[in-house]
Amino acid sequence: MKTVRIDAQGLHYTPLNTMIREAVAGGATEIVIDHVMGQRFIADGLKGNATLVINGVPGGDLGMFMSGPTCVVNGNCEHAPGNTMDEGTIVIHGSAGDAVAHSMRGGRVLVRDSIGYRGGIHMKQYDSKRPQLIIGGCARAYLGEYMAGGEILVLGTGCRETVTERGLGSGIHGGAIFVRGEVDEWYLGVGARKAPLTGTDREDIESMVREFSRWFGTDADALLKEPYTKIVPSSARPFANKYTWE
Amino acid sequence: MDGSQIRKALSLMDERGSGEGSGYVVYGAFPEFRDYYAIHVFFDNIHLTKPAVDEVLSSWGAVRHEEEVPTYDTGKIKKVHTPYRYFFKPDPSLMPRSATPGDDIVTQIVMKINTTIPGALVYSSGKNVAVFKASGWPEEVADFYRIEDYEGYIWLGHNRYPTNTPGWWGGAHPFNLLDWSVVHNGEITSYGTNMRYIESFGYTCTMFTDTEVVAYLFDLLIRQHNLPPEIAVRALAPPFWDEIERMPEKERLLNTALRLTYGPAMMNGPFAIVVASQDGIVGFTDRIKLRPLVTGTNGDRLYISSEEAAIRTYDPDVTGIEMPRAGEPVIGRVIA
Repeated sequence: MKTVRIDAQGLHYTPLNTMIREAVAGGATEIVIDHVMGQRFIADGLKGNATLVINGVPGGDLGMFMSGPTCVVNGNCEHAPGNTMDEGTIVIHGSAGDAVAHSMRGGRVLVRDSIGYRGGIHMKQYDSKRPQLIIGGCARAYLGEYMAGGEILVLGTGCRETVTERGLGSGIHGGAIFVRGEVDEWYLGVGARKAPLTGTDREDIESMVREFSRWFGTDADALLKEPYTKIVPSSARPFANKYTWE
Repeated sequence: MDGSQIRKALSLMDERGSGEGSGYVVYGAFPEFRDYYAIHVFFDNIHLTKPAVDEVLSSWGAVRHEEEVPTYDTGKIKKVHTPYRYFFKPDPSLMPRSATPGDDIVTQIVMKINTTIPGALVYSSGKNVAVFKASGWPEEVADFYRIEDYEGYIWLGHNRYPTNTPGWWGGAHPFNLLDWSVVHNGEITSYGTNMRYIESFGYTCTMFTDTEVVAYLFDLLIRQHNLPPEIAVRALAPPFWDEIERMPEKERLLNTALRLTYGPAMMNGPFAIVVASQDGIVGFTDRIKLRPLVTGTNGDRLYISSEEAAIRTYDPDVTGIEMPRAGEPVIGRVIA
């Protein structure tokens, strides 16, 4: 394993990303970046399978269009980590802002604590690419808004209730949202409905919970004993009459 | 607190601006003139227009002291206006039927200068309050005024990315009237409705931008109508009707009354706003949270920002980073 250390103190994101790319091109398998404070676009469009350890608070759009690498953040994230990410993993040892995993098309985003509004907005899937967003704490309103594919799991650890805000799955037309515990109908967004869990769903939840626990050291078996609620689109094309004419 | 930390924190978010407008406001700037309205004016040509402004002021009260606002040529900002300030005491006997004659006279002066004297714009008019703004990046504007030379107990800063109207000195945030200063991220799409409403109470919008209306709405709702800040924010960013229907009866009646009374004051569109007065600050977002807002605390200090990293840059020892719920105000009260 070849490790490269970068001190990001006072560094703009452009030279920082140049240094990251140079490290990857030089064969680094682990890149540790210290003193990160608000630099946006870290690891954007980065390919390969290096692991980036980000110490601090990275700015918005961490790992946008990233394809392959793993980002481990020791701190909170701002808006939209995993924006349109293609493949790879983002692990956040903290919380994250709004629009986490915005338009993600592959890979996984795991957040130890809570996330802001519109988590998983516009997530999509195609062929073998099925992105997953796993949230340890709770999620604010409009989770899975306009979601077109992939899976979101909310564990609600440390929250009184997992879902307490409106618009859950608002405009969803593909993919599924899994929430630990019960979900009051009132919180469901337009075009979303609850559905019974299938065997495949249970397998998916188990694999997501185990992956989450592997990163954050939580008790997977205890979490898996809990009930989960599944939220899906209300029909195959819930908005057919709204935007299109036959 | 002097202005050096907010300069650093705001500059961290340069990505959010376009270099066409930045600004700051500080409360507690002029302890030696704390009882005087600090009326700040941008003059296009000070020799031509100052006599007209002097005349308006002298007809409504007395100027205790006046000076050009110190600026420093850094080669970065073109000084297209001359910032100038008066420390002014209005004569309350000229507004005998008002409960707040000083504030009413100064409001009238601001509206009069801004609408009838071309080449003069009052951009700050509160007691013990100073706004510093210009067209430039946050660090450039800070250096232009040397805001590190000013001390105060509340600071707001703003970095503008003008989208709907041109960038100019008057259009930079914060917007101020009397004690109220506003910084705003987003667009108030209900601006037309809000503007017609607020102008029916005698305010005049002159700065070609939506944020100005927020300063006037706060002045109307809190100073003139005596609403507490929680209720004022509730009127401007109210819960949805389907949420009101689910509330217990007392709360439902209150919220229904507020929506009906202040319908035209309700602000639509994406926004995150922080309003300051000498008593504290209030931060809130639109009710579907289309703009970011993060808070942090450290002892008796409250921070509100678009980004956590900016708060941590201001104060590396900050604790209690939180994200307020959409439409719900975060209120910091001055306690000493």
